[in-house]
Parts: sequence; structure tokens; C-alpha cells
Amino acid sequence: MIGLEHYLTVAATLFIIGIFGLFLNRKNVIIILMSIELILLAVNINLVAFSAFLNDLTGQVFTLFVLTVAAAEAAIGLAILVCFFRNRGTIAVEDVNNMKG
Amino acid sequence: MIAADISAVLPEIVLSVYAMGALLLAVYTRKDEVAQMLVWATSGMLVLVALWIALSVQDSRTAFNGMFIDDGYSRFAKVMILASAAAVLFMSQEYMERRGLLRFEYPILITLAVVGMMVMVSAGDLMALYMGLELQSLALYVVAALRRDSVKSTEAGLKYFVLGALGSGLLLYGASLTYGYAGTTQFAGIVTTATEGELSLGLLFGLVFLAAGLAFKVSAAPFHMWTPDVYEGSPTPVTAFFATAPKVAAMLLFGRLLHGAFGEAVADWQQIIAFLSVISMFVGGIAAIGQTNIKRLMAYSSIAHMGFALMGLAAGTALGVQAMLVYMAIYVTMNIGAFAFILSMERNGQPVTDIASLRMYSRRDPLRALAMLVLMFSLAGVPPLVGFFGKFYVLTAAVDAGLTWLAVAGVIASVIGAFYYLRIVYFMYFGEETEPLDGEVQPVLTVFLLASAGAMVLGVFNLFGIEAFAAAAAATLVQ
Repeated sequence: MIGLEHYLTVAATLFIIGIFGLFLNRKNVIIILMSIELILLAVNINLVAFSAFLNDLTGQVFTLFVLTVAAAEAAIGLAILVCFFRNRGTIAVEDVNNMKG
Repeated sequence: MIAADISAVLPEIVLSVYAMGALLLAVYTRKDEVAQMLVWATSGMLVLVALWIALSVQDSRTAFNGMFIDDGYSRFAKVMILASAAAVLFMSQEYMERRGLLRFEYPILITLAVVGMMVMVSAGDLMALYMGLELQSLALYVVAALRRDSVKSTEAGLKYFVLGALGSGLLLYGASLTYGYAGTTQFAGIVTTATEGELSLGLLFGLVFLAAGLAFKVSAAPFHMWTPDVYEGSPTPVTAFFATAPKVAAMLLFGRLLHGAFGEAVADWQQIIAFLSVISMFVGGIAAIGQTNIKRLMAYSSIAHMGFALMGLAAGTALGVQAMLVYMAIYVTMNIGAFAFILSMERNGQPVTDIASLRMYSRRDPLRALAMLVLMFSLAGVPPLVGFFGKFYVLTAAVDAGLTWLAVAGVIASVIGAFYYLRIVYFMYFGEETEPLDGEVQPVLTVFLLASAGAMVLGVFNLFGIEAFAAAAAATLVQ
């Protein structure tokens, strides 16, 4: 029988993969965007699982909001990335280093 | 019923409709030609809404089934947010215009960010909290990258976006756990399940993640790493905006969440906030010492100041909240003045941010140098200026709540932090003149600089009565 804890474990795993993807990835900013998406989807799994378990619709409403915001967030992230690429000619993570200190 | 709900969120609705109308107007006319007019109109609009909120006497009320709270605390926050946003917008017009940055999107994005902040401080539900926070953040990511053709500005936008999204992700994960273990997303519901000593492990995890996410937004150490880069890379008026209104909104949202949703479990979050506070004060104080760029320096300064404001929250009492409110009001006033000065720093028509360019500034412009001296002393917390009273308030609140070690740490950190503020004063009054600043200073910037410095001196009598307002606001949050 698949219970709440299984869902939570999957969500926590995805969340941690997302966090690690953000910090360990040295290659490409697009991968960072994917990691952010993964974090938000992990949260959605959490919310839907809790919603089903609690017999309460609020969690699913929350999920819809999160999905909407995630779409807007990805659009803005990509737009900024395009601007950055035009100036810098690269989107490698190690090249995002004009300012330090 | 719905009419009452609408009337509670009317200021937000008015501002959103205004933003959409302005967007339509700008698109239908010749775009950037209306930008200047829009900046004036927007700052006027923000001031009007601030007056409207300040002058409307209302009891605390909730709307949309508790999602939205309109009480003294949120009104205090909104007036601060609106007034500081209007001031920064007003100051930035000339600077943006001369550097070809004045696009019509700028005032509209600022308006939308302000709407987001107003929703944040009024949030009575994790959903409203998240939506307000994202509306603010998404607008700010774009504003940071406003100078599209500059590597630094787009890099600032990118860094802000990535780390801001990470912060939102942490906050959201915390929100999902809180929802799951409390069974509701409403603060009023969460507070009944989160009582003293019985905070379940799941709720505790939720609280920790929520606090981490919000620490990102207030740029408290150890979640501060985006701040210096974003402050340095963004155009200076945008930096001035980042240093004022969003900080107020995020800090007051922090207070709302901790007291509104976890108010019965003070002992559980007190250590977290005290930890954030002490780390921020020291990181902000020590890391700023080596900075040569005044925008980066202001970034570390704001990290240290957030540490002090968090000290007020860490007290976990009504007095602590009041101290935090007073501190934020003083912080915003000082920062507006300091940025009015930074905005006027230029050589050959190009903005300069190097501190060394201030050498012997007092000889060039004694009045403005004196005003900046007052502001720097006030930021450092030197008595008898108003900045000292802000620090005194939070230290008193901390000692009152039994956090003497935190207060002692705060005093030590503020002594360390005084070094770099005084270094600016030293440059202005002593030392060799190297490459001096030139160019005409906009009268508007001088007015804001002098007004802010004047407030730091004149405010010592009664802090302009802000204590009483802050006390009333804190009383509506912490019963």
C-alpha cells in the first residue's frame, strides 16, 4: 500500500536533487532553470499528496497557483538569460562572474 | 460580503488597475515618450495611496476568509513601502533619463512590485503570502536587469533570479510541509495547531524552511550571497529601491508569519532568528570593511541592518515588533538619503561608485558632505543621531526578552560596522584629493539628502512620533 510517507519521500528526494542541481552544476544556466522547476514540482507533489491525505482541496488550489507562478518565473528567467547571452556570448555558469568580492 | 472584501483590498486593486492602464497607455502612444510623465504620475499615485491608507481610520479586519488581513501592522507597513517607493522613483527620474534608461516599463514594474509588497504584508494565508512574494520578486528580477546592454546589469538580474527562485523554492517547501502538518494554510488556523512545546516535527521543518526562504528575501546571512552582486550590478536607482521598500516588505512579512502563524511557539523560532541576526550583523560588518565600491558597501550595510531588525523579531514580544518597526522606518529614511547622495556621484557624466573618488569632497561641497556625514554617523549608530535610537530600541527589546548575549553581540558588531561608515567620512574630510567628482547635482537629490539628514538630527526629540504608531501597529499583531 502506498501511503503518504512514500509521496513525501519522493518529493523530498526531488527537492534535494533540485537543490544539488543548483549548486553542483558548473556547466549551463539552463540546467539551473531546470533545477528550479524540479524544486517547484517537488513542492507540488507534496501539496497534492497532503491534499489527498487530508481530504482538503486547499492544497490542490495552492498547486494550481504554484504551477502558474512557475510558468511566469521560467519565462522571466529565460528572458533575462537571453539578455545576458547577448552581452556575454555564453551561458556557462563559470562565466557568470563579472562581479566578485 | 464580497463588497466588504473588495473594500479591504481596494488600495491594491486601484494600484493594479493603474499599472495596467499605464501599460496600455504606454503601448498605445509612442512608448518611451510617456516614460517621464509615467514616473511622475506613478510617484504621485503611490503618495496618494499612502495618504489614503494612512488617513483611513479602520479597525482590524480580514477579507476573503482570512486570506487578507488589513490591520494597523499592515497599514504601517504599507505607508512605509509606498512612501519609500515614491521617494526612490522621484529621485531616479533624472538619472535614468540622462543615461537613456528611462523606459516606460520601469515605473510600471515598480508599481507591480509595490502591489506585491502590499499583499505580502497583508497576507493572512500561505497562498496570499506566496503570491504577493512572487509578484514582488518577478517584477524585481526584471528591474535588476533593466540595463539590457550591460553585462553587469544582466548578470545581476540573472543572479538575483536564480537565488531568488531558490529562496522561493525553500519557502514553498516549508509552506507545503506547514500545510500538511497543520491541515490548513491560514495563519489563524496554523497558530492553533502550533502551540508551545507541541510543535510537531513536520511543522518544525516547515517553519525552518519558511524562515530560510524569508531570510533569502531579507538578505540575512547566511543567505545573503546575492545581495552585493545585485546591488553592484543593478542601475543605481534600482539599487536604491532594493535597499528600501522590498526590505521593509520582507521583514514585516517575516514578523507577520512568525507572530501570526507561529506566535504560540516563540521558543521554537527564537533561536533561529537570533542565529540569523547575529550572523548577519557580523557578516555585514566585517565583509564591508574591504569594499571599495559604495554600492557593494551599502549592500553589506543593509545585511548588517537586517541583522539588527531581526534582533527585534528574535525578542518575540510586542516590544520587539515595535522596535523592529521603528528600526525599519529609520533604516529606510537613512537609506533614501544615502542613495540620494550616491545617485549624484558622477565624473564626466558617468556614474562613479568608487569610494576613493570622495576624497576631500568636503572642499567641493561642504553642505552635502556635512549631510552625508550625518547620515553615515546615523547609519553607524553614533549617538545622539536617530540611527542610535533605532539600535537602542532593538537592543532594549532583546535584553528585555532575556537575550542579553544577542544584545552584547549586537553592540560589538555595530562597533565593527562603524569602521567603514567612518572611513567614508574620513575620505570626505581628510586625505589626498585624487580624481574629484564633477557635474551638477540635481536639486531634487540635494533636497532628499538634506531632508533625510535633517530628519536624523531633528528626530532625536521624539522620532516624529513614530514610536506610538509602531506600538499601536505591534499591538495589533501580538496580542
